[in-house]
Formats: sequence, structure tokens, C-alpha cells
Amino acid sequence: MSTLLEVSGVSVSFDGFKAINNLSFQIAERELRAVIGPNGAGKTTFMDIITGKTKPDEGRVNYGDKGVSLLSMSESRIAQAGVGRKFQRPTVFEDQSVADNLMMALKKARGPFSVLTFRPDEDDHAKIVELAEEIGLSGALHRKSGELSHGQKQWLEIGMLLAQEPRLLLVDEPAAGMTPTEREHTTDILREAARTRAVVVVEHDMEFVRRLDCKVTVLHEGSVLAEGSIDHVTQNEKVIDVYLGR
Amino acid sequence: MSESTLSAGHVRTPLALRFPSVLVFLAVLGLFTLGVTILSEGFGIGAISTSFVKTLGKTLCLCLVALAMDLVWGYCGILSLGHMAFFGLGGYAIGMWLMYERTRLIVVDSLAASELPPTAQEISDGIATQIFGVVGASEFPPVWAFAHSLPIQLAFVVLVPGLLALVFGWLAFRSRVTGVYLSILTQAMTLALSLYLFQNDSGLRGNNGLSGLQNLPGLDAVPQATVSVWFFWGSAFALGAGYVLCAWIVSGKFGSVIRAIRDDEARVRFLGYPVEAFKLFVFTLTAIIAGIAGALYYPQAGIINPTEIAPIASIYLAVWVAIGGRGRLYGAVIGAAFVSLLSTWFTGGQAPDINLGFYRIQWVDWWTVLLGLSFVLVTLFAPKGIGGLVDIIIDRTTPNRHGADLGPDQGALREREADK
Amino acid sequence: MLNWVRLCVALICLAAPANAQNAEAPIQQVLQEHAEIIAKSSRQTIGPAIDALAASGLPEARLVLAKWQNKEMWQNEETGLFVYAEEVDRDTLRIFDFADSSEIGEVPDDDYDQLKPNSGIRGMIGAALVQFQLTDPDAKMRRQALAAIERDADASHLPALRKAAEAEEHPGLAARMDRLERLLTIRFEEDESTRIAAIESFRGDLGVDVRATLNPLLATRLETASELPDSADVARELDPGSDALSREAAYDLLVSEGINRPRISRADKRAALVANIEDGSVAGVQVATLDSESARDMAYAALAETGVVQPVATEAEVDAAIDSQVFFERYIGAPPEIALAAAAVLQSIENKVTVNQALDLGLDALSLASIYFLAAIGLAITFGVMGVINMAHGEFIMMGAYTGYVVQQIVPDYTLSIILALPLAFAITFGAGVAMERLVIRWLYHRPLETLLATFGISIALQQIAKNIFGTQARPLTSPDWLDGSLVFNDIVAISYIRIAIFVLALLFLAMFLLVMNRTRLGLEVRAVTQNPRMAASMGINPDRINMLTFGFGSGIAGIAGVAIGLYAKVTSEMGADYIVQSFMTVVVGGVGNIWGTLLGATLVGSVQKGIEWLNPSNTLAAQTYMILFIILFIQFRPRGIIALKGRAAEA
Repeated sequence: MSTLLEVSGVSVSFDGFKAINNLSFQIAERELRAVIGPNGAGKTTFMDIITGKTKPDEGRVNYGDKGVSLLSMSESRIAQAGVGRKFQRPTVFEDQSVADNLMMALKKARGPFSVLTFRPDEDDHAKIVELAEEIGLSGALHRKSGELSHGQKQWLEIGMLLAQEPRLLLVDEPAAGMTPTEREHTTDILREAARTRAVVVVEHDMEFVRRLDCKVTVLHEGSVLAEGSIDHVTQNEKVIDVYLGR
Repeated sequence: MSESTLSAGHVRTPLALRFPSVLVFLAVLGLFTLGVTILSEGFGIGAISTSFVKTLGKTLCLCLVALAMDLVWGYCGILSLGHMAFFGLGGYAIGMWLMYERTRLIVVDSLAASELPPTAQEISDGIATQIFGVVGASEFPPVWAFAHSLPIQLAFVVLVPGLLALVFGWLAFRSRVTGVYLSILTQAMTLALSLYLFQNDSGLRGNNGLSGLQNLPGLDAVPQATVSVWFFWGSAFALGAGYVLCAWIVSGKFGSVIRAIRDDEARVRFLGYPVEAFKLFVFTLTAIIAGIAGALYYPQAGIINPTEIAPIASIYLAVWVAIGGRGRLYGAVIGAAFVSLLSTWFTGGQAPDINLGFYRIQWVDWWTVLLGLSFVLVTLFAPKGIGGLVDIIIDRTTPNRHGADLGPDQGALREREADK
Repeated sequence: MLNWVRLCVALICLAAPANAQNAEAPIQQVLQEHAEIIAKSSRQTIGPAIDALAASGLPEARLVLAKWQNKEMWQNEETGLFVYAEEVDRDTLRIFDFADSSEIGEVPDDDYDQLKPNSGIRGMIGAALVQFQLTDPDAKMRRQALAAIERDADASHLPALRKAAEAEEHPGLAARMDRLERLLTIRFEEDESTRIAAIESFRGDLGVDVRATLNPLLATRLETASELPDSADVARELDPGSDALSREAAYDLLVSEGINRPRISRADKRAALVANIEDGSVAGVQVATLDSESARDMAYAALAETGVVQPVATEAEVDAAIDSQVFFERYIGAPPEIALAAAAVLQSIENKVTVNQALDLGLDALSLASIYFLAAIGLAITFGVMGVINMAHGEFIMMGAYTGYVVQQIVPDYTLSIILALPLAFAITFGAGVAMERLVIRWLYHRPLETLLATFGISIALQQIAKNIFGTQARPLTSPDWLDGSLVFNDIVAISYIRIAIFVLALLFLAMFLLVMNRTRLGLEVRAVTQNPRMAASMGINPDRINMLTFGFGSGIAGIAGVAIGLYAKVTSEMGADYIVQSFMTVVVGGVGNIWGTLLGATLVGSVQKGIEWLNPSNTLAAQTYMILFIILFIQFRPRGIIALKGRAAEA
């Protein structure tokens, strides 16, 4: 498996506080990876750096077959290059219908003029119906997404990410605030997604991570503390210290 | 808003069906135009005066610029306090030709009686003295280089506001100036422009502005009663076309994207849309619409001066759209028509004074106070404006979203606040 | 009988003064020597008489000159002796002797002729008198005399001034005399080296009088010749067609020197053609074809050939004539050495003036910055601390200013009224701010654009209400006497006391703000609510109360700023609108949420505006335009202002 994303030696600080400290990280294509860490470990900032929201003070972020640097690209260019991101809080466009949300996310030309002249064809409609089924929202296609439940919004957002057809999917705490059945469904969706692309899941919940059954990276104070299978890292002394506190 | 991109049968539907207000609007506008024509002095029974036809025509232009404002603010979330500046620039562009050409005809006429046939230089000097005498100049400033050409000045109606918006928007959006910062920046732009035009050496006659614009060059024989109806037709056509254009824009995926930008700009960016380009497109397009509206408005008003561009004008534009109802095209039109006509009625002295015994409320003085306060009330209690009444009539239920009302900068934002 | 009596009286009168008056007194001798020209009283010839009196060295000469100037000198028709007199009634004079100022007696005025010097002569007498006044024992007289010379100097003053300067003991007056003496030396001295020395002595002097004295020395005249004369008084050669000398002006000079024949203006050419129209043509050219300048030139040439009009120079001739000549300026104000010395000294003065103007500009910028700071500080509090945009902030400034105006209508004492107005303005705008926060703003937290709009509505309403109450004309807010005038450093650098007061007020506000925010319980709570309202609330702080107080505080400061701005500018209903955009610019440029940022922002905005005004002094409107453009560009490079908050706090 070839490397899809390589982060090396990245540091960033806010007003003297080092949020990310010499962090290095790699993920291969079609790999499912969980990133865990206590509060303030730099999980969100790590995602911000990859998606271009935060520019690091030093380090490199290379992506794709040609290893292009993501640092000089804008958020939208990075997204177009195939990096999708799901936020901690579900952020869907509540004023618009589920179908509209998915239609916006569908992988198409993103420039204003192509969007202006875009009219969906049969295939597009079919794809949206298909996606809606995948995320269990077939019946709610024409409802305003603001009317959905919290869990449904999470799924809609995942559906939007899938519609983007990203090569790398970054998912921030997908299971937060979900019922146990919803969690199970979410796990399925993520594992299904990882068959065709790389998926990075940031999560607090050890049980959820265990169910994902994948390689785990533990972040602490802005750098990698441990990496390996879930059993491997949970037996690591340092990880236990950090999670239980001293 | 029910403008769904999808229709039940997955078949492409005409705009009118996707956006039902278009047909209603065009029908109402058509009937209104017909009615005014029949009642006018120029083409009909003369039941309404020429000056009132002009007022109605001007109101249509204001509706058009309000439409632009609604697109940029109500749909895209950019509270621009500069669109009346674009409106004014359009007026100046057409006003320059009107004033030049009319003065030229007068000068040529007066020189024709002289002993020698005039040279080109003499004509040009004569026009320059006529136009710029009031600001103590007698030569054409460089900005008048193309004033003799109607096609070029017509192009300027579109190009000048468009280019200004493009450059300003590019600067502002690329440095990620958003929200109130952007509003204040646009206000500063407007202020700078009006201060510049107030100068005598700006080349546009300082605070005198351009006047006599109601007289179409070469058509002195046509009475104003007729000209006013022509302009009314032009304004009505422009408004109708503008409405269809705006409806087309907001009904498709583009509309989805700009509303998404309004609600959560960062999220749209992570979807891969170049948010800045979309904003710049909408900002520039609406500036152009505003410029066209201005070019139709000022020949009916007859005079344009820098006061028209002052920041307060753009604030009133926001007031109209807010009172009419943001985020729905007919709301902007209703707001602009309702408030500007009411304003004409109150400030024109027709409204009856109210005698309180100890004090006499004269509406000429107190109308602005009433307007300002009602604006506060609308913002507080009726964020949907007059358009909100339509919702009540249609009895469309709004989803329960943490108790928040639907409307711009409230959707996803409100959700975020609730989670905080 | 009557005649007889009159004769007797006349005889007596004649006899008495003849006896009493000492015809041999030295002063009378001098007068008698020039009796004829004195009596003739003509400006052309009177000079020697005045000079003789002034040069006589007699102490009485001053009295004579003074009386003469006042038209109080009379001459006896018979004896020719001079006396001074006061009129007792229409026919009677009380006469005095010049020699010892003793009264001679009362006489009928028939025998005396009053000397009535015209204003020209009186001026000459005055100039002569100055030298006496310069040595007057009374310092006040000497000061007056100096002032008189400064106003209107004369070559004759120079020796008197030199003499007086030597004797002068009062140090201040001596310095002034010395300076005046050098100035007069520059103007009137014959000896070139002395003049140059005097010129050199003013190197770097900023006085306007120095420049006024030196500038005429540099006067030049435009001349032309076939080649540049090798003479020292040629100031510079001019190139025709340059800014200093247009080709038209160069050719006009050639015409006026008689070297070339004149050109004709378009209007004159046209008139000549019109005057010679015959049967629809001019010199055989159809009138209808004369619709271009070249056609008219040809018609005129044809007309000239028939001899009806003078031939005129063609363009080619003009060019050739200008090219064959050189044009230069010649010093005519002074000999070249002196002119060159004056030019060098003037240059040194100009350099120093520029430095001082920069200083003065710095002071101006500082005072403008303090005004912007005052206007913006309240806004910075509400915007920075609460994140609320208050578009009615400008109207709070206006309310403060009108409060000051109303207080002045009631309390006539300006000092007292200002002292009363400041707290009252604070109280009123504080109340207005709290009311606005309670009624409007608190319903709109986290909806910044709607806050902006609602406060706009309030701003529009408040402005119109003020217009309805106070009318549209500007109302004065008069500053107390002790704030009138300026602190003058030299002829260029000065700052008015009002501006100093505003500067001090701005510093006071800064200190007060820092004190409240960093040293009081309220400040602590405000900072807590700013950073994390939920946490603050859970610790027992009432965010509602804090927001209300903060908003009131910010508005109250706007009210006080309004009084200060009202003193400096006029009070109108639109004054708030004039400051609101600049205030926002100040806050935005400085960086939101930091008082030092606001201070820096105000300094930057004030300096840039003054700097632009300096580059383009005629036009403050243009200065404001360019200032705003500058800020728009500035925000490109520092979107979050000079002092930007970073990290998570900035993204909230």
C-alpha cells in the first residue's frame, strides 16, 4: 500500500502555547486509522493543518501520488484534491433540504461559472438516491435538514463526505451524542468507506475505536505518543499514564 | 424557502415551476405596467400625473437595486453598504452622456448663428464652459473622454460599477474580511467615493452633480409625459428581467451554494467550493445590476449629485430589504416599493400632520424617526419582514430549530450558539 | 474808533511776544534758516529742513517735530518766528516758545499762519521723530518706536537705530533693536560686505520678517538674448517649454522686445476674418469651409496678402524664433553677490522651516489622533469587549456635544458649564446606552449583522430627533477663555490649548480605562465575561449586568468625547456621522479587543490623514478619500489590525 498522506515534523503554536509539537504521521491508501488522545492533545488542530485551516509554523504535509505539499493550498483546493472532513458538531446546511445538501457535496466542478450553469441529470439524481439509502435517509430526502435528529445530521454529513468522493476522509468524533444503535450504524458506514479510501477517525471513546478494529495513533501534547493495534496501545505504560492521569 | 433542486419525478422543470413567485411576479408587474400606461398622460387617459409616473418608474428602479441587495445580502450573507454607490455610478455614467450630448446640441445650435462655421475646438470649448463653468473650469477632465459616445457610456454603466466591485471585492474577500468588518469596509468605500465626488476637481461637477438629465438629447419635441412612460417601460422591463435572472441564479445549485456560504462559510470551503470566487461573483454581478438600475433611475430623477452616494443611502437600501424580507426576492421588491413610496408620501408633505395639542407632529420632520424606529422593531420582532406575512398566509410550517427563526445568518449559526 | 482800538490791541499783542520770544534761541535759528521751505510745505523740498532739525542735536528739535506733525506749529506773519500754540477759541491762540516751552500769551490768530503739513510730510517728520523716540528714557516709547519702524522702515532709520542700539541697556529691547538693525542693513546699507554679513547673520532664522526681507533681493526679470551673457547677475537660464517658462510666454517676450512679429489669438483671427466677410467669402475663401483652424489660417494668410490685415507669425516662425534665442532670469532686486548670499541663507531657512513644519505636522497629527482616540475608545469597549457593533455611537457623541451646548445656555460661565457638562454628558449617554442595551442589543447578541442594522435604525432616528429639536444650523460650544490661544514654540510650531486639553483628556481616558479594567472588580468581571461568559456566569457573575454596565460605560465615554469634540468643532446633528467611520477605522486598524491597539490605530489614522493633507494641502476631502483607501489596503495586509489576537480566542 502506497502512502497517501505524510505529515512530518509539523509544529504550530498559538501565543506561545505549542498545540502541535514536531508531529509526524503517515497514512496509506484505503487504510482505516483511529486517532485518540485526551483533551488538548492537538487532535482538532492536527485536522485543521491537513485541511488548510491552520498554517503550521514548520514542517511538511505531502499528499497523493505526486506528494504535493498541502501547505500552500487553500482549504477549497485541498478539499477538491480529495481531502474530506467531518466536523465534531454536525454542520449541515439546515436551511436546505437533504437532497440539496447532498447535491452540493456531489463531486462536480466547483467553480462559480460551472456551478451556475450546472443542471443535475438522471445519474446525479440516481447517485443521490443511492447515497440517501446508504446513510438511511431515503425517506427524508425532501425534508429540510434542520428538521433532522442529531444522529441523522451526523449521517447526512457523512453522506455529504461520501458524495465528495474523497481519497482521504477525516472524521472528528462521529459517534458523539449517538444512541448505541446509531453508533453501530456509524461504524458500519465508516468501515464500508475505508474499503475504497483512507479514513482517519478522531475519537475519545475507546469502545467505539475497538469496534473499528484498526491501527490506532495516540496523540499527547501535540505529538505521537504511541501507535499500533488497540490492544498494543492500551497496554502501553505512557498511554495509561496519560489517560488515567497522575 | 422551497426552491428544491430536486423535483419528485427527477425531470427538469422550467424555472417558473421551480420558482413559483416568478410567474406571479411577472404577471403582477405586467398588469401594473399596463395599468400605469393606461392611466398615464402620455399614452392614456391622464388620470395620473407625469411626475407620479416618474415616481413609479423610479420606484421600479429602486426595486431592482433592492433585488440586487437581496441577492448579495439575503442570499449570500454579505451586508454590503456600498450598493447605492454602484447605483450612483451607473447614474453618473449615463448622466455624463445625457448632459454632454444635450449641451453639445445647444452649443452647436447657438454657434450655428455665428458668422463663421464653428471649429471642433470651438464646439468642445463651448460645451466645456457650459458644463464646468459652475466649478470654475473650462476644460474637459479626462473622465469625460468618452462622454460623446452613447455606446461607450452605456458600457460604462456596467463596467465602472462592475470593475470597482471586482477590485474591491477581490481585495476584501481574499483577505477574508467578513461580517460586520466587511460591512464597515464597504461603508468606508462608499464614503470615500462620495467625498471624492464632492470635490470640484473630481471632474464630475463636485456637489452640483449632473443635472437636466430628464431631457433626452435630440428628443426635445417629445413631451415629458411620453418620455416618462418610456422610462417606466424600460424600468419595468429591467425589473422583470432582473427578477428572472435572480430567480434563475438562486433556484439552482448556485443558489444552494451561496445560501450555504451565508450560513456557514467555512463548511462550504471544506466542501471544496472556492468561497471567495462565489462571493466575488455575486458581489460584482449585483453591483452591475445596481449600476443598470441607477442608469434607469437618474434620467427620471433629472439630477444626480454626490449626496445620492453618501453611506446613508446604502443604509436605507438595507432598511428596505430588511423590512420587505431578506432571502426572498419578492420581499426585496415589496420592501423597496412600500418604504420608498411611503417615504415619498410622508416627506412630500401629503401626509396629514398630527396635532397633539402641545406639539404638532409634522411628518416631513418625523418620518425619518419613525422609519428608523420601525427598522429597529422589524429587526427585533419581525426578522422576516413583510415577506413573513406571505408565509403566514401560505401557512407553511417552519421546522423547529432550537426555537430560532428562519433567516439569514441564523440557521447554522444559531445551532452553533446553542451548542456552545 | 473801532479801528483805532483794534490797532492798539494789535500793537500790544505784537509787542508782547516780540519781547517774550527769544529769536536768538538755537532752535529758532535752525527754523529760521529753513523758514522758507518750511512755510512752503512741499514734500519735494521739505527734506533738508527736517534733516537739519533732526541733525541739529538740539533737545527741542523733538518738540518742534512733534508739534509740527500735529499741525500745532504756527508762524508769525510779521517776524517769521515759529511758535506752537493751542486754540483757545476760534480767534484766539495761546502760544508757546519752542526754546523753553514757556507760554508767551494769548493772541488773536490773525497774525499767525498755521503750518499744515500734508500726510506725506507728516510721514517724513514721523520718521525723523523716531530717532528721538528710540532714545526716549521711557522704554514703552522706545518699544513703540521700534514697532513703528518694523511696520514701515525707511533708510533714514538705519543710522538712528544704530545709535540707539549702542546706547540701549534694556536687554530685550537691545536684542530687538539689533535684529531690526540687521534687517534694515540688509535693505538699506550701501556697503556690500556689511549687507552680506547681515544676511549671513540670519542663517536658519525662522522669522517671517527675515524671509520678507530676503525675498525681494531675489527678484528676477525674464530677459532674452541671442546668447547667454557672461555676467554675474544671471540667475539661471530657462528652457522654453518647461514648467518655468512656457513657449507662449517665451514668444510673448520676443514680441514685446520687438524682436519678432506678433502671433494672433484664435479669437482675434476669427474677428479679423468676420470683419472681412464679403458676399459669403473671405479673401476668396468660402465662409462655409472655415470650420477648422487650418482653413482659417489659410484664409487669414490670403487676407494678409491683400494687405487688409497685418501678417502674423506662423508656427514655424515662432519655433525658429524661440530656438534662436536664449532666455534667462536676471537678478534685479540686488547686486548678484548679495542675491546669491540671500539665496543661500533662504535655502538654509527653508530647510529649517521644513523640519519645523514636520514638527508642527507631528503635533497636528497627535491632536487629531487624540480626537480619534476619544471618539473610538467607547466604540472599542463595546466592540472589543462585547463584540457589539454600535452604529449609534456617533449619535452618542452628538448627544454629549448637545448636552454641553444646552448646559452653556443655562450656565453662562464657560468654565463652570464645561465642568458641569462633562459628568452630565456622561450620565445622559450612559443612561441612553443602558436603555439601548436593555431594549435592543441584548436580544440580538450573536447576531452581529442584525445588531449593526438595529443600531443603524437608532442612529437614523436619533439624528433626526436632534435635527428636529436643535435645527440644522451648527450650534457653538464655546471654550473657556483659558483655553483660547495657542502654545507657540516659534513662528511655525504652535498648538492651540484646546488641542492640548483634548490630548490630556485622551491620556486621562486611557489611564482610567486601564485602571478600571486592571484594578477593579468590575474590570475583572468584564474580562471574565469577555473571555468566557458561561464560565463567568457559573462563578456568580451576572453577565447581563456586566454587559449592561460595559455598554453604558462605552456610551458614557462617547458622551464626554462629544463635549471635547464639540469644543473643537461645531455641534451639528450630523457630527456623529462624521466621526463614526473614522472611529471604526481606528478600532479595526488597531485590532479589536485591545486598548493599545485602539491607541495605535488612532495614531496611525491621525498621522496618515495629516500626512496626506500635507502632501495635498488644498484639499481635506481628497485627504479623507485617500485615507480610507489606505485603510482598505492596510486591512489587506493585517486583516485583524495592528495588534491581532491569535489562536482560539480570535476565532470565537
